[in-house]
Amino acid sequence: MDTVPADGLLSASWLLIALPLAGAAVLLLGGRRTDRWGHLLGTATVAAAFVVALACTLQLDERQVAVDLFTFIDSGSLDVRAGLLFDPLSAVFALLITGVGALIHVYSIGYMAHDPRRRRFFAYLNLFVAAMLLLVLGDNYVALYVGWEGVGLASYLLIAFWHERPAAATAAKKAFIMNRVGDVGLALAIFVMFAQLGTVTYEGVFGSVGLLAGGTVTAIGLLLLLGACGKSGQFPLQAWLPDAMEGPTPVSALIHAATMVTAGVYLIARSAPIYDLTETARTVVLCVGAVTLMIGAIAGCAYDDIKKVLAYSTVSQIGYMFLAVGLGPVGYAAAIAHLLTHGFFKAGLFLGAGSVMHAMDDQVDMRRFGGLAKKLPVTFVTFGLGYLALIGFPFLSGYWTKDAIIEAALDRGGVSGWVLGGVAVLGAGLTAFYMTRLMLMTFFGKARWAPSAPGRPTPHPHESPSVMTAPMVLLSIGSVAAGFLLVQAFPLVEWLAPVFGEPEEAEHVVAPALVGIAVTAVMALGVLAAWLFVGRREVPVVAPERVSVVTRAARKALYADAINESLFMRPGQWLTRALVWVDNRGVDGAVNGMAAALGGSSARLGRAQTGFVRTYALGMLGGAVLVAGALLAVTAG
Amino acid sequence: MIEAPDLSLAALTPLISLFGAACIGVLIEAFAPRESRHPAQVAVALVGTVGGLVSTLVLAGTRDGNDVTAGGALAVDGAGLFLQATIAGLGALSILLFAERALDPARSSFVAAAAVPAGSPRDRELLTADRVQTEVYPLATFAIGGMMLFVAANDLLIMFVALEVLSLPLYLISGLARRRRLLSQEAAVKYFLLGAFASAFFLYGLALVYGATGSVRLSTIQESVATAGGDTLMVLGLALLIVGLMFKASVAPFHTWTPDVYQGAPTPVTAFMAACTKVAAFGAILRLLYVGFGTDEWTWRPLVYGIAIVSMVVGAVLGLTQTDLKRMLAYSSIAHAGFLLTGVLGFDAAGESPGLSATLFYLLVYGLTTLGAFAVLTMVRDGDGEATHLSQWAGLAQRSPVVAAVMTLFLLALAGIPLTSGFTGKFAVFRAAIDDGAWPLAVVALLASAVAAFFYLRVVVLMYFSEPVAGGPTVGVPGLPTTIVLAVTAAATLVLGVVPGSVLDLAGQAANLVG
Repeated sequence: MDTVPADGLLSASWLLIALPLAGAAVLLLGGRRTDRWGHLLGTATVAAAFVVALACTLQLDERQVAVDLFTFIDSGSLDVRAGLLFDPLSAVFALLITGVGALIHVYSIGYMAHDPRRRRFFAYLNLFVAAMLLLVLGDNYVALYVGWEGVGLASYLLIAFWHERPAAATAAKKAFIMNRVGDVGLALAIFVMFAQLGTVTYEGVFGSVGLLAGGTVTAIGLLLLLGACGKSGQFPLQAWLPDAMEGPTPVSALIHAATMVTAGVYLIARSAPIYDLTETARTVVLCVGAVTLMIGAIAGCAYDDIKKVLAYSTVSQIGYMFLAVGLGPVGYAAAIAHLLTHGFFKAGLFLGAGSVMHAMDDQVDMRRFGGLAKKLPVTFVTFGLGYLALIGFPFLSGYWTKDAIIEAALDRGGVSGWVLGGVAVLGAGLTAFYMTRLMLMTFFGKARWAPSAPGRPTPHPHESPSVMTAPMVLLSIGSVAAGFLLVQAFPLVEWLAPVFGEPEEAEHVVAPALVGIAVTAVMALGVLAAWLFVGRREVPVVAPERVSVVTRAARKALYADAINESLFMRPGQWLTRALVWVDNRGVDGAVNGMAAALGGSSARLGRAQTGFVRTYALGMLGGAVLVAGALLAVTAG
Repeated sequence: MIEAPDLSLAALTPLISLFGAACIGVLIEAFAPRESRHPAQVAVALVGTVGGLVSTLVLAGTRDGNDVTAGGALAVDGAGLFLQATIAGLGALSILLFAERALDPARSSFVAAAAVPAGSPRDRELLTADRVQTEVYPLATFAIGGMMLFVAANDLLIMFVALEVLSLPLYLISGLARRRRLLSQEAAVKYFLLGAFASAFFLYGLALVYGATGSVRLSTIQESVATAGGDTLMVLGLALLIVGLMFKASVAPFHTWTPDVYQGAPTPVTAFMAACTKVAAFGAILRLLYVGFGTDEWTWRPLVYGIAIVSMVVGAVLGLTQTDLKRMLAYSSIAHAGFLLTGVLGFDAAGESPGLSATLFYLLVYGLTTLGAFAVLTMVRDGDGEATHLSQWAGLAQRSPVVAAVMTLFLLALAGIPLTSGFTGKFAVFRAAIDDGAWPLAVVALLASAVAAFFYLRVVVLMYFSEPVAGGPTVGVPGLPTTIVLAVTAAATLVLGVVPGSVLDLAGQAANLVG
């Protein structure tokens, strides 16, 4: 479909980015003066951006609109124009970001009410929203990259928001460094595109990528994938995401569940014309997705920290999305649909977890929860709906979108189709298990409440204020209805057709109804197992030590940190130590030795400067003799 | 009957402006009442130097092609005019430094009455007197005039006369410091004795060259060199001429006077010598080597090559252990003389001459920067006058951030750090040398620059990263003259580092010498 220049309201779509950016600027530059109303301004800018996004989306009848902003870099043959591309894909992202973002801003007003640095928190959140919108709205890879780094920065700042806690500071650094690995991949991919095609706009790249050699396209695809893995916490760069839960819970909900971590899926979906040309890169995407979905689900079963379980669940769900985009044209729309529903229910779950923590004096250990259903009724109901949506309870959001992915995987046919489908179904079972375990340990059973620290009172759980519960209620409505709306009522596949092409009628290997029944059965098995292992028994307040090898491995997140440490960190440390040694002994030695030699010769030469005119005159005479001798020698020679 | 040589008055206006101002200054000294002498002398000297600058620029704008005048004794060519303008401009700035009366509680850098013996009761009485030995202004104006004549001299005899006209006033004003008078007088005597020695070399060289070629005119010498080649007499003469000029340019191994005289002389005079004398001496070197002996390039080339290396190395290495800022800048001046010689070697007799234009540009930027650096030295003082010991500058940035920043700019420029004029100048001369195949020289020059950078940056480190010493120096509030000098030199150092294009083009257009 051709891109048309923007007119009417759409030409104002730059406001989407400008509004939150202006909010961030005012809050950061305004200083303490804005303390009293800063949070309200921050929320208002995002809400206004949501209104703009909604209006633009309703106006979008040409379905692909370009907005020219200004020339960003024009140097020699590099001509980067800052332009926006408002098409169905960026439209759904803009709606998700501003919609969920606005709800989480509202929630944060209550959650951060007692934090002395609340204004700064809202400034960073606004900065994040602006950067994320630039990421999805830019019409070229450089704009995407700028947004990509912007959200990375905001994520770093927000994970370390409570930087006085060493764990938060370390987690922020870990996230930043692991993201760098991915960012290098993205940057290299852009370099290759520019070197080979001379352009970085989507239009230009997709128009001419077909002329490239297959190997080059595969290289671009794999480099983009590396970037996507870093940002989305996919194998092998998944370890930073659970640690990022050290940040305030609204951050976990917005950045590390609903939006930023799905940027990798956006990148691959946006680059669909590249991946369409390279079977190899697509297969790697598939494998990454499948592996990550299992790692996340297994690790999620073993953790006792409520936010970490949700974080591993996020890793696992994004694995589903990668699996879907790896499937090619049949999977793109399914991946985006799951991304949207996941945005709703996972954000809702995190906000619920935040509400629980709020009630329990900021504790996160589920072994000290229990019996909270009666104390926190609104949280329990909204959280419960999110839980049902996530595990794929029939006719709730997750059921529709996850089933679509599993179906698409099975439809691939052959051995790989069965393996991938099997993994996806098994993952659904594990999801049901760990989420049921979480529900049981948190809301059911006996209260196992304990003081958060020696000397603190035992918490008296109470429901959160309405400024926090209202967003949870709205998100839970989304968790219930979004799947049906996006898959059945207003199919996303058709909305996204201008981007990904008209959906083909797939030949089903297994009848869709059968898949639905099978997945539901496996899910029920997971729930049952969780009840058998957790619900029936007393939950020990301290995690038992004598556990099976599998549990031990799962508790260590399948040794991801250990592998990273032994493969990269230790050799890196050895290398730096060796370099420091070489620097101290070799380089410094040479430099210091030379300095000493020069200083010594300076002092020795300086002795000639006696201060006596006779010495000076003699020196001049000697010089004159040398000069004359040299000239005569040259002439004679 | 002797025919009078044709004199182009237009071509002589710059010189007339300077020498006229100097003569008027002498008359003022004789007839004006003492109270009004200082302002009158400053005004006359400024009018003379600025007039010289303006008339040189007008002459450069209106002339068509290179020419000689005064019977061929004076050259009117691009390089000559560029250098004359540089000298006049730097000279005017130096006069402003001379005229500063707000910094020193003793009211001036110059002695009240030079004839009063140092340390006598009368001398102590006069220390804070309003009186100044105002002869410094006509003397300096004569010196500037001599320098402008020096770079335009197309005749060895005129060159010698100019050498003396510029040297004799310098010997005198070196000894006129108001504080530390004995040190200043010792410096003056040293400078005079060694200068006389060097002049004798020059004069003897002149005589030998005349004996060999039968002429003192550079163009005639060139013809006879081209036809006869180098005979022993002439080569010996060239050697002695080079010695005489290298002495003035403070090139090692003829540099020994430099640190002592730079340290002893009043700081404005040191600034004047470092900036203007260097320009004048290199102007004469260029003219002697390019015009007089240009066709005999391969005779002097290896020699200058070696001298350049010696000067760079000696200046950079000896600068490392200096603890006095004035001495340090003296060794810096010796190292810079070596860098300038690398530009001189980028010589292409055929026509296009990157070395010549690079050297012209380097002289301009070095003159401005070193003048500014010495101007900063005049501002940092303790009870005894200027605080030039390195240790006294510790933590200066805390006390006076602006002065420290300006000094840092000058030091970075002297070290040749990019975005300062020093980098542009160094880049130009090194490239000229490399283009001419003298890349080993450029390598040595780069290494010497690296060594020299140490002692410049040490001052920066000291100013910014050390704790101030108790009872350290204070930074005086300068009067208008010094402020103007600092503003002009700092702005030029920065602008010529960031956008040097137009001035480089100008130097490129000026890079021609009358044959």
